[in-house]
Amino acid sequence: MAVLLLAEVAGGELSVDATAKALTAAKAMGDVTVLCAGAGCGGAAEAAAKLDGVSKVLCADDAAYGNGLAEPMADLLVSLAGDYEHIVAPATSSAKNILPRAAALLDVMVISDVSAVVDANTFERPIYAGNAIQTVKSSDAKKIVSVRTSTFDAAGEGGSAAVEAVAAAGNAGLSEWVEDKVAESDRPELTSAGVVVSGGRGVGSEEDFALIEKLADKLNAAVGASRAAVDSGYAPNDWQVGQTGKVVAPDLYVAIGISGAIQHLAGMKDSKIIVAINKDEEAPIFQVADYGLVADLFAAVPELTEKL
Amino acid sequence: MVSGVAPDFEEKHAMKVLVPVKRVIDYNVKVRVKADGSGVDLANVKMSMNPFDEIAVEQAIRLKEAGKAEEVVAVSIGVKQAQETLRTALAMGADRAILVIAADDVHQDIEPLAVAKTLKAIVDEEQPGLVLAGKQAIDNDMNATGQMLSALLGWSQGAFASELDIDGDNAVVTREVDGGLQTIKVKMPTVVTVDLRLNEPRYASLPNIMKAKKKPLDEKTAADYGVDVSPRLEIVSTTEPEARKAGEIVGSVDELVAKLKEAGAI
Ligand SMILES: Cc1cc2nc3c(=O)[nH]c(=O)nc-3n(C[C@H](O)[C@H](O)[C@H](O)COP(=O)(O)OP(=O)(O)OC[C@H]3O[C@@H](n4cnc5c(N)ncnc54)[C@H](O)[C@@H]3O)c2cc1C
Ligand SMILES: Nc1ncnc2c1ncn2[C@@H]1O[C@H](COP(=O)(O)O)[C@@H](O)[C@H]1O
Repeated sequence: MAVLLLAEVAGGELSVDATAKALTAAKAMGDVTVLCAGAGCGGAAEAAAKLDGVSKVLCADDAAYGNGLAEPMADLLVSLAGDYEHIVAPATSSAKNILPRAAALLDVMVISDVSAVVDANTFERPIYAGNAIQTVKSSDAKKIVSVRTSTFDAAGEGGSAAVEAVAAAGNAGLSEWVEDKVAESDRPELTSAGVVVSGGRGVGSEEDFALIEKLADKLNAAVGASRAAVDSGYAPNDWQVGQTGKVVAPDLYVAIGISGAIQHLAGMKDSKIIVAINKDEEAPIFQVADYGLVADLFAAVPELTEKL
Repeated sequence: MVSGVAPDFEEKHAMKVLVPVKRVIDYNVKVRVKADGSGVDLANVKMSMNPFDEIAVEQAIRLKEAGKAEEVVAVSIGVKQAQETLRTALAMGADRAILVIAADDVHQDIEPLAVAKTLKAIVDEEQPGLVLAGKQAIDNDMNATGQMLSALLGWSQGAFASELDIDGDNAVVTREVDGGLQTIKVKMPTVVTVDLRLNEPRYASLPNIMKAKKKPLDEKTAADYGVDVSPRLEIVSTTEPEARKAGEIVGSVDELVAKLKEAGAI
């Protein structure tokens, strides 16, 4: 069966990790063609062609796709859909914006955040903040699937697929891009980092979040946050880990001043090793932590940073 | 009225706002998977309005208070008990409500595609200038309905909004995205799905809860709109995720460092 994988392209570059993880899921559904769409996406297409197991790469190079606007991107997917039984993408904020729109235009359901591929029509997905795993079987002619990247290993390199240009599908001009506010950082990316250090409401202020960041830098880690820390303005929105934020599964996750609400656990409980530092020994985070330290974070975190 | 503004200005620009609200298990309830794998136990558990939809209702009411909307209509699709969810929206300040009964069993979830088709039919009838939906229902975690509705209507979409500014024929939407924030300008009418940081929803006061009982609540069925709500996704099974075992409490930072080294984590 033929699968079209929408690559994650940001700023003209391929997000290799997200795309390669979704590729692993896509390969379980059939023969994979990767679609790179962007304004000047030739480089992304070349990079996608090197991924192992890609049959072909389509490159839709047009200004309309430069900022990932949902309306033209969905129209592009619909224009190509005829040749494929599956349209797949990593469950990034961009794909979550685009795929349901394309699915509705094709009169099929979208299958969001798939965590396992049982067969080409049957998928597992977490529901209720990961408190239940549902297995669903699609009766639709086309399966439109977003993939929870944290549960798939990234496909390797070694491919040499041909790159083919495809025509743009027009732009109805329903929306236009104004600006992106993206913080530049030298730290690893949250969803692909091997180590994540997250702070919660207990950190108490934006200034004191520097404690979390210092520990993260010592561990070469990405920085995460709870919703409460983001809502309180201690951390930016793109650091939020959880049911409605990012889902991470690093080798090591350190939760500091985070109580462990189910909505937070939904985003990190598949981490290999979880460390919790909290002054309240009753905090639910200790029920999922491999190593818990009951302590005041303002003493424990600087000490830990120093001793590592 | 502000002097100097033509009398028909407000009228021309004031619009109706449609807010789809879903009845879901309360976010504080510990979810239990039924032992026979048939689903999640929803009998006798506390149900509430989907938290994102409270944010959408709040935003709609604020638009009305700011003179940018003239009427706020809440819609829910599902079982009869969703009446309570609509009464909550009315108590917060929505003007009227439409309940579309599409299931008898509280365990039957109506899929986003069917919800979007029903909403499309209601939009065709009501002609709102704006639909404000939640980003995600916290039960099925689909994150799809608003985008699907926008597609069916051929409208623009502003998904995951943390700021919304409506100005005549356009709206400026700041969206929460993986890399940070993205601002886009969308043509009206539009579908906006709201994220957590858009506002803090108000509580309904007791007098407003009383008043809400008298506000109009229309009851319809999915068949009234000619929508087939049968699912496209067959639920094969629902199981409990693998449980994590609690580990150990360490006595000091030194011990923590030693344990992490031992485990090869650092
Ligand atoms: C629709 C919806 C979606 C949500 N999505 C998410 C999501 O994606 N991600 C998410 O994280 N949450 C989410 N939440 C919020 C979630 O329910 C919790 O409110 C949130 O996770 C709590 O954050 P917290 O643990 O930082 O704060 P709190 O629960 O207030 O916990 C703070 C912790 O810090 C500890 N502490 C305080 N001071 C110190 C100190 N000096 N030293 C050590 N420890 C200290 C306290 O003991 C406490 O355990 C969502 C909620 C809803 C309703
Ligand atoms: N059955 C429903 N009735 C009313 N609104 C709904 C329903 N299902 C979904 N919605 C709306 O669509 C949003 C996203 O839901 P979902 O796509 O299921 O994650 C919700 O926050 C609601 O605003």
